[in-house]
Amino acid sequence: MSQTTHEVIFKLNGRNQTARVQAHHNIVEMLNSLDLFGARESCGQGLCGTCTVLIDGKAVSGCLELALNVQNKSLQTVEGLGTLNELHPIQEAFIETNAFQCGFCTPGFILMTKTLLDQIHDPTDEQIKHYLSGNLCRCGAYPEIIKAVRLASKKMYS
Amino acid sequence: MNARFPSELNVIGKKVNRLESYSKVNGTAKYTHHLNLPGMLYVKVFRSTVPHALIINVDVSRAKKIPGVFDAFTSSDIIKFIPDPYYGPAFLDQPILAIDKVRYVGEPVAVVIASDPHIADYATQFIEAEYKDLPAVYDEIEAMTSKSIVHDELRPSGTFPDLKHLIGKKNTNVALDYHLKRGNLEKAFKESDFTFEHTFKTQQVMHTPLEPMVSIADVHLYEKRVTIYTSSQSPSFVRLEIARLLGWRENQVKVVVPHLGGGFGAKLYIKLEALVTALSLMTGKPIKYSQTMDEQFYTITKHPTTFKIKSAVNKDGKIIGRRCDVWWNGGAYADIGPRVTQKSGFTAAGPYDIENVEIESYALYTNRPPSGALRGFGIPQLVWAYESHIDIIARKLSMDPLEIRRINLLKNGHPQATGTIMKDAEIELVLERLASRMNWSAPYHRTSGTIKSGRGIAIGFKASISPTTSTAFVTINADGSCILSMSSVDMGQGSDTAMAQIVAQVLNLKSENVRVINPDTDSTPYDMATLGSRSVFHMGNAVKLAAEDAKNKLKLLALEAGLGDDFEGPYADIFLKRYGMLAGSLIGFGVYIPTYTPPDKKDGSTTNATPFWMIGATGVELEVDTETGHINIQRMINVVDCGNPLNPTIVETQLSGASIMQLGFSLTEIMKLDNGQVTNASFSDYKIPGFNDIPIIFENEMVDAYQSNGPFGAKGVGESATFGVSPAIANAIDDAIGIRMTELPMTPESVFMALKDKFSQ
Repeated sequence: MSQTTHEVIFKLNGRNQTARVQAHHNIVEMLNSLDLFGARESCGQGLCGTCTVLIDGKAVSGCLELALNVQNKSLQTVEGLGTLNELHPIQEAFIETNAFQCGFCTPGFILMTKTLLDQIHDPTDEQIKHYLSGNLCRCGAYPEIIKAVRLASKKMYS
Repeated sequence: MNARFPSELNVIGKKVNRLESYSKVNGTAKYTHHLNLPGMLYVKVFRSTVPHALIINVDVSRAKKIPGVFDAFTSSDIIKFIPDPYYGPAFLDQPILAIDKVRYVGEPVAVVIASDPHIADYATQFIEAEYKDLPAVYDEIEAMTSKSIVHDELRPSGTFPDLKHLIGKKNTNVALDYHLKRGNLEKAFKESDFTFEHTFKTQQVMHTPLEPMVSIADVHLYEKRVTIYTSSQSPSFVRLEIARLLGWRENQVKVVVPHLGGGFGAKLYIKLEALVTALSLMTGKPIKYSQTMDEQFYTITKHPTTFKIKSAVNKDGKIIGRRCDVWWNGGAYADIGPRVTQKSGFTAAGPYDIENVEIESYALYTNRPPSGALRGFGIPQLVWAYESHIDIIARKLSMDPLEIRRINLLKNGHPQATGTIMKDAEIELVLERLASRMNWSAPYHRTSGTIKSGRGIAIGFKASISPTTSTAFVTINADGSCILSMSSVDMGQGSDTAMAQIVAQVLNLKSENVRVINPDTDSTPYDMATLGSRSVFHMGNAVKLAAEDAKNKLKLLALEAGLGDDFEGPYADIFLKRYGMLAGSLIGFGVYIPTYTPPDKKDGSTTNATPFWMIGATGVELEVDTETGHINIQRMINVVDCGNPLNPTIVETQLSGASIMQLGFSLTEIMKLDNGQVTNASFSDYKIPGFNDIPIIFENEMVDAYQSNGPFGAKGVGESATFGVSPAIANAIDDAIGIRMTELPMTPESVFMALKDKFSQ
């Protein structure tokens, strides 16, 4: 197996970042090497959404996307939401509505909610379900997640 | 801090956000999945490709030569360090790596270790194994009489007091048989107006926690110490079992449990801990084993079952006798299966007042991946059968399904099948609240055309796993702030928050200000495990006792400090006065074990089967598309008796979560086996519920109840909303299209085929 490493230069949560990766490393592995653990590999097939990250604002599965593909791009993870002492309204909404249990899938849901609300400020339940249907929650917090998205929409846009 | 006497805050029954909320929404919560130690090596596992065979040879020499590989091992290497490398909570039957024989496809046979997990993975391809095939057995009924014997000799471990009577037998696949006999069943069948007999089956499914199982071991050879970081629901058990395997003391084994990304029973007893500990012992390096999602399907699953149920029923719908034969498919290793067999055996006849009952419950070894506990400890499999059965009886007798349940319902003060008198069990209230929410007595509107509507109900109950022990420390610091140390694992169910509320209530603090120390067996005291909805009751009682002990000691300290026995003021003032500065600390200790009477060896009866009962009912309204077999659940209502809920908001998430999980087991999830090989061990072929699968209308209710021996009237709730889901759906399908589903899952295909069969007749 090739052990050759390559340098990736990109924006990570708004700041300049470089990383050394091997050609087969995916984005989750690269983030882990940078001590960021919000994006997590679970199903390993891009079907559960637990590894969701945003590349140039677009949601992708970090377990399938190769790290080299963020070269010169902007990568956003859940750690980039909110500030040091203030949560993002979506994060607040997830807490207030109890929209998670074990929390493993939560960063993925939060990032998908962000891209949903960026496009549709006041989504219907059907739009929420449809948009988030690529994210799985084995604890089954779906009813609460719908409430969280609605509350976040209210906090951000009304 | 201004914590003080006397109590004025009331935090029980209030909404308190999860203590760990912030770290879970900003991605900083630490899971074992994320943990790395300096110099750590990764393991990849080479697994058996045959279901049952003698191992002729395993050759790891080519794998060892791959550049970057640190080493590769088989069981012959392990036994040099651990001479008897077998583990298991009920039987010492499971080897760390297969020895002499493999018993299921996917059983770990050899390992490769490397600093790069990709290299370890790659190198496993170069391991070669040679087997001599043996006949395999997969079905639980066949396993009863099969000549194919999975284990030549059984070795009960004796870890649990209620499994003491297990004696290993030879030449059998039966890992436990439980028998209950009450009244005169033969007479009941002779005298009853009708006899009904049906057989129901459930399938093999997997918990699929989104954080796959993961463990790290770091052995310090010279000091003879090991630290294990693990995604485990049972740190105290892991410590005990690893100490036993190594021949070490418990204080030489430290088990640390960070956050869990889900458990549901998968991460119980020991799973990967023995392997990583052995490898760390052999290499002197920290070893991490992170499973992939597909590997989880080869590690632990839920028991497939066959349940034959036969009832003696009178014209008025009264059930006067019932016989239950249940066969539990335990797979290749017993894990906790025998305990599931016995404990669920207690309630196999259902929440009904039946005078004459016989129950036979068998745990069977087969050549499938092992089965263990999964959210309900066998109860959902039983409720599936007895609540489908009673609905069929109602239809045959032209009775209302609600009415037949009302006639037979088990009430407080009456003996349950084991002979234990029912207490604090609001079975009737739960059923009536469900009926009321469903507006059952009003005429039900039915659709016409190819989409048929129907509704169904089901109710189940569960005895707590008993007897088990919990212990807790509550530390009061000099400034009056407080730390709770316990080994209960918060895997998402919110136990840290509920326990903090108990401490806060006793010591007059804000829940958010109670610091909860997560399991670290060097500093958090013993807890049996986080399973079977036991924590709020058992650990809750221990935590309450610990907080009360701390409070008493505070009062004594106030006396010592000369502040009098009626001191009312900040705790900090007591320390300040006693020690002349903000110094000192004080520890309250609590231990709780409920009383329990083991079942009689002859008739299986006991006057004290459980310290509390869990009750759950589900009602559904659904539509069946008769052209496709597709089921669309319009409305689902879950009603439970969970005693007095400590944190109703978190309890509600437990109810919806449990029922959604069971929805997957009811409609879509099944592990498909081809000659013992799981052919769909991934999310692309194994469908867990997503957003589009949840009912359109979803309601939960906790009935007004109080568990008199529970902490502040509370009891367990994590499983209750699983009980009724599958049979309520089957009953509604029957109501809609007159088709009775008797096997899970009820996929569109199986519903469609059943419809086709009906119309071709």
